Amino acid sequence: MPQQLTRVLIVFVVLVSALVVARHFLIPKTFGEKGHYRTAGLEAVVKQPIHYAGREACTPCHPEIVETHRKARHQTVACEVCHGPAAAHTEAPTENRLPAPRERGYCPLCHGYDLSRPTGFPQIDPVAHNPLKACISCHNPHQPEPPHVPEECRACHGQIARTKAVSPHVLLPCTRCHNTPVQHKITPRTVLPDKPRTREFCGSCHAEGAPSPKEIRRVDLQTHGGRYLCWQCHYPHSPELD
Amino acid sequence: MNEKRLQPEAPVEEEISEERRAFLRACALGAPFLLGAFRGEAAEAPYNPHEHLYAMGVDVERCIGCGRCVEACKRENDVPREPYYFRTWVERYVVMTQGETAVDSPNGGIAGFPAVGGERGLLRTFFVPKLCNHCANPPCVQVCPVGATFSTEDGVVLVDKDYCIGCRYCIQACPYGARYFDPRSRTADKCTFCYHRVVRGLLPACVEVCPTGARVFGDLRQRSSPLGRFTRLTKIQVLKPHLNTEPKVFYANLDGEVR
Repeated sequence: MPQQLTRVLIVFVVLVSALVVARHFLIPKTFGEKGHYRTAGLEAVVKQPIHYAGREACTPCHPEIVETHRKARHQTVACEVCHGPAAAHTEAPTENRLPAPRERGYCPLCHGYDLSRPTGFPQIDPVAHNPLKACISCHNPHQPEPPHVPEECRACHGQIARTKAVSPHVLLPCTRCHNTPVQHKITPRTVLPDKPRTREFCGSCHAEGAPSPKEIRRVDLQTHGGRYLCWQCHYPHSPELD
Repeated sequence: MNEKRLQPEAPVEEEISEERRAFLRACALGAPFLLGAFRGEAAEAPYNPHEHLYAMGVDVERCIGCGRCVEACKRENDVPREPYYFRTWVERYVVMTQGETAVDSPNGGIAGFPAVGGERGLLRTFFVPKLCNHCANPPCVQVCPVGATFSTEDGVVLVDKDYCIGCRYCIQACPYGARYFDPRSRTADKCTFCYHRVVRGLLPACVEVCPTGARVFGDLRQRSSPLGRFTRLTKIQVLKPHLNTEPKVFYANLDGEVR
């Protein structure tokens, strides 16, 4: 073998072993086992302690409350929403007791009136709704039925009632347009009130020859709005005038 | 001889089988409880990440902006309480008739939202929960100079906090603003889809506490799951699709104003 080749080989071997040694010390253990990351980093995330025990964890010790709650309107609200993380409580129930929010400020986090909330979500005005009274003195949070059958529509449909209150339709009672069976107040989702279906219904006040007060706006039902029904352009609870 | 030997044994064998039957019956009755008790440990060993591909669905129409998800996330994951650090947060969009859109998220929505000032000129308003989108094509992973942030085999983007050098490239790179700089460890941090819970068969904390079911979590490899139903039966969108990040947080009923 020529001398120069031996030298090149020695240099090559030294460089390769330097690379191997450098890799050994620079690349952390478990790096690249599963991908371009440390498996130990993944394991560290998996080892993170659990604080929220999950909704099944409550059943073995609190079967009655869970059973009541499972059938009530709050069935989608997990126990830990109000009572907080329960993993420590499931391990040592007496040492780590869970809080129950009783103050008036808590329920409006969900049920306070807010324009941005989806229509139909039950909301109250925290200032006007039975001031200073704790929510739980009338409503059982595990089974939050209204304490008595509501007398007015606005008890549940506050968002619509507030909108209507500042609209030109303020004087119309809800029942002028919606036939509401009594049963709707007791089982609101199974028995629904009806809605007007025809242009002629609105026309009974707003058509040109309608027997209604003169100051009410009139339209020609034959030409106005083309093929659309009235409420496809005008929101009946707050009719747009322009 | 044989018969003599067998005869006394036969009733003994019967007794044993009787005992065994009782034991098996007890096992069958106790199995669900045992499985329940050991679920934590048992799920860890045979957990195969290749069988899963996690994703989340968010129905914007159902979000009431109560901020319980933000609270649960902070408590579950020990996120600093200061109002700059969020793994998930809720934004309120207020679209005016004049066309301008205001977005606010006071303290991430953890204590609710102040009332919208004045209803005049208001076109529409709604809440949008946000979190890490766990992109299939994550820009944050691409920019990490040391390989401290990575996609797992089940599709979750995680941070290796012991290996992160705190250079903040990933925070800059995330187009969704989903990352924050943890002031205690001086490393980047973000939503993990509650990976530590998910591998044990629990739901992420935010999904667990969402009172209206606005958040749906599940496995894209499983059709019969709440997420499977969500992706089949609702019209879904992702945030910033033009960036080609392929997010795995799907939004239903999303408004075009949401960025």
